[in-house]
Amino acid sequence: MAATRPNRLFRNLTAKIAAIPMILTALVVFVGGTVWTVTYSFTSSKLLPKTKFVGLDQYERLWNTPRWLVSIENLLIYGICMMVLSLVIGFVLAALLDQKIRYENTFRTILLYPFALSFIVTGLVWQWLLNPDFGIQSVIQRLGWQSFDFDPLYNADIVIYGVLIAGLWQGSGLVMCLMLAGLRGIDQEIWKASRVDGIPAWKTYIFIVIPMMRPVFITTLVIIASGIVRLYDLIVAQTGGGPGIASDVPAKYVYDYMFQGQNLGQGFAASTMMLLAVLVIVVPWAYLEFGGKKRV
Amino acid sequence: MSDPATMSAAVVGSDAASGALSGPRGPKPRRRFSRRNVFIYGTLIVVALYYLLPLYVMIVTSLKGMPEIRLGNIFAPPVEVTFQPWVKAWSEACTGLNCDGLSRGFWNSVRITVPSVLLSIAIASVNGYALANWRFKGADAFFTILIFGAFIPYQVMLYPIVILLREMGIYGTLGGLVMVHSIFGMPILTLLFRNYFTSLPEELFKAARVDGAGFWQIYLQIMLPMSLPIFVVAMILQVTGIWNDFLFGVVYTKPDLYPMTVQLNNIVNSVQGVKEYNVNMAATLLTGLVPLVIYFVSGKLFVRGIAAGAVKG
Amino acid sequence: MTAFRTFFAATTALCAGTAAFAADLEVTHWWTSGGEAAAVAEFAREFEAQTDHTWVDGAIAGGGGTARPVMVSRIIGGDPMGAFQFNHGRQAEELIEAGLLRDMTDVAEAEGWKDIVNPPSLLDACTVDGRIYCAPVNIHSWQWLWLSNAAFEKAGLDVPSNWDEFVAAGPALREAGITPMALGGQPWQSSGAFNVLMATLGGPDVLQKIYGDGDAEMAAGDAMKRVFKAAADMREMVQGSNVQDWNQATNLVITDQAGGQIMGDWAQGEFAVAGEVAGEDYTCLPGLGVNEVISTGGDAFYFPVVDDEEISAAQDALAATLLNPETQVAFNLKKGSLPVRADVDLEAANDCMKKGLEILASGAIMPDVNMLNTEDTNNQLNDLFVQFFQDTSISADDAQARFVDIVANKD
Repeated sequence: MAATRPNRLFRNLTAKIAAIPMILTALVVFVGGTVWTVTYSFTSSKLLPKTKFVGLDQYERLWNTPRWLVSIENLLIYGICMMVLSLVIGFVLAALLDQKIRYENTFRTILLYPFALSFIVTGLVWQWLLNPDFGIQSVIQRLGWQSFDFDPLYNADIVIYGVLIAGLWQGSGLVMCLMLAGLRGIDQEIWKASRVDGIPAWKTYIFIVIPMMRPVFITTLVIIASGIVRLYDLIVAQTGGGPGIASDVPAKYVYDYMFQGQNLGQGFAASTMMLLAVLVIVVPWAYLEFGGKKRV
Repeated sequence: MSDPATMSAAVVGSDAASGALSGPRGPKPRRRFSRRNVFIYGTLIVVALYYLLPLYVMIVTSLKGMPEIRLGNIFAPPVEVTFQPWVKAWSEACTGLNCDGLSRGFWNSVRITVPSVLLSIAIASVNGYALANWRFKGADAFFTILIFGAFIPYQVMLYPIVILLREMGIYGTLGGLVMVHSIFGMPILTLLFRNYFTSLPEELFKAARVDGAGFWQIYLQIMLPMSLPIFVVAMILQVTGIWNDFLFGVVYTKPDLYPMTVQLNNIVNSVQGVKEYNVNMAATLLTGLVPLVIYFVSGKLFVRGIAAGAVKG
Repeated sequence: MTAFRTFFAATTALCAGTAAFAADLEVTHWWTSGGEAAAVAEFAREFEAQTDHTWVDGAIAGGGGTARPVMVSRIIGGDPMGAFQFNHGRQAEELIEAGLLRDMTDVAEAEGWKDIVNPPSLLDACTVDGRIYCAPVNIHSWQWLWLSNAAFEKAGLDVPSNWDEFVAAGPALREAGITPMALGGQPWQSSGAFNVLMATLGGPDVLQKIYGDGDAEMAAGDAMKRVFKAAADMREMVQGSNVQDWNQATNLVITDQAGGQIMGDWAQGEFAVAGEVAGEDYTCLPGLGVNEVISTGGDAFYFPVVDDEEISAAQDALAATLLNPETQVAFNLKKGSLPVRADVDLEAANDCMKKGLEILASGAIMPDVNMLNTEDTNNQLNDLFVQFFQDTSISADDAQARFVDIVANKD
């Protein structure tokens, strides 16, 4: 491949032809769709996209809307908790499974199965479990602990944590799986060496193993983060954004304004803000992953 | 190691079961009933119970009658087992005038999932191969855009794609939906395949090139046979993802093509009188059955593939 | 109708029994609750009985919020359904302007809709530039308070006859272990209930001025202050009704777990399905017993432009069927709404429907909020009120300030 050939355009021609679907998707759908969305965010489009430009009006309104601010706050809380907790839980579970235990496959299967279920299903199940009249709260109250009060889905202050519980249940298995794969990639010699030096296991994990698993952590973070930004189905199925607007998230705001409120311009402005946030996350990562070094 | 025989048997067993997965790498456990083992197993069992709880509750709820649900404890096993909710969810639950439950959606989901999975994997594997082995100019740029696409909330793309499909004249058709699934499956799958192919020894590829093999020849004869695990991972990801999709199914098709998830949403949200939690749970389980079965059957390959693909990149 | 009967007789004769003109017409709607489904079944039955066409039901559950995007995408995507239900008013304006919906004026003229549709404002809401684009099928009014007689009996109270008595009964109901008032968690229910408070306690003129003319001064005024005070009372009363869907909230009233609910007359369909009798098991107070007025919103069917003549013929036939007298009676009895024509016989109507018909005949009507506000404004109101009713930390004054803001910026 390193050999230079005279005509650069026709070099690797078959590969280029084979990559046409990817190139078209990247350019037409992702870039084209994004540009289209950003352009129309400067218009006053209502039900149908129209090119009546109104400058930054939609953005001004967006940042003056309490619901948007609530949804951003929710996404931040959910996002940070989800990232930290699913990494911690995933790693700890993976480390436990990595202790040459029996029934490893059984445990792993149990921990990962929620991942096969959709967010709609996840939301419905947890809505049912957290239902104050039938679910966990009522069961514990019936056991005699009358003052037990745990109904996150009907308490605006903690509803987002109710969603978090469901999100972790669904997603932490995958993180565990990725982490386990990462741990299995660590050279056995490391453990031998650290044992010889008498370094405690937890220190080995934190100071030696985790730094070695950097690529795994990055891939995992990207996967978790992309899920967080898109958080929508789970909210719709579990809380419907309620109580009130207490569990609203940006993706739901976008959807509601575009379609329910018939204000495409507002929805596009909100989605442009989301895209911007995504760029802030993805660009540095993409630079680190693909820009800095050339892998061979 | 107080009981080396049992221990090594267990290790061998788990190794054999997990196929090519290399064995656990953690520090070696010392004794079977040490405090450490109690801690490890205790934690895992508690966590496992927590993970199983929702599934358990779904199953018992779906087997109870409504009066029992109203009275009762959601964790209690059914006093009187009834399969009526399952029958109702599968073939009787109504949405508007259609009272044929989920059954209608099942075959639609199959018709949507099979071609979508095949097409998206075919495209993504070729992409990954081209990106990993044929790094042409600009490839990384396209790839970065693609990864960026993995983050774009679907809602943002809903509208432009309606227009795109309309211009192509395939809006509302099975083909249109298959295309949409292939497009949105592309970013993560391409990442997966690219990472996997990068991890294969480059000498293989170079040797084939020296022998004069072309793009497709190398792909079909060398890469494909070596990539079974990653294909299985991709397949599981896509089958579960596409089977579980709701948004595209509802927006880009019409009622006679609605997948099972749309029917599930319809049944769950069509409250006629009281909310029938048992029917809802049965419907939910029925909808989740296909991905669950696929997952349980191929779970080991999945972990193996994840190890091989997503991580080494 | 006669014109169409003749037309169909002629074509059937021409085709000599072949089913050439029997098309499958896909009809999309979001009527999936018990009462609604029973009502829409009447449409399908009548349509199939009176024409050769087949009704293909395209119900989408989850309310207008889920269904509307699907409908709009299908129409924009160039693969429209045969007909779809919308709340008429300003929702379909742009689709009409873009030429995506069929002009049904010919059918309307052949059927004489201008003469039979009552009140005429219903047809006006379907009319753009003198052409008629939709078929109104019913009149729905929001201004109803539904009360459970048994719940008040249990608390040792008389059934209230107006809003103030109801508010006064709140603490006693709560003491008896009954949620005074049911309110579903979906946003539209919150803003809907508020608009009812505004139309009745404030009066129809206030609502007309604020939503119709965008009068921000009125929105900030004392009349509205009282309405917000009432909304704060209501907020106290709805604490503890943990349901989402409107019909689950209605079900709380039906099963006497809640004292009452402000909901449109479609709630009646649920009472009927549950076998409850108006006056005996439940009481209805139009205009909250304060100001007997009803809004004349409702549902309408629109017909997208299609290039298949058979489908077009089926659309025409459906439009005609929807408004014929028998269909109107059968449908509206099940739906709990009022028919769009005054010349039909509603002997079978229950007490509540009769009250509604009387008010309609007396002319105490007002336009529906959907006809005054765009969906964008409604959506903002939804956000405000769903938050207000669920979050006791927002004071009535703060909410009013935000309300004024929305009114001032509405278009």
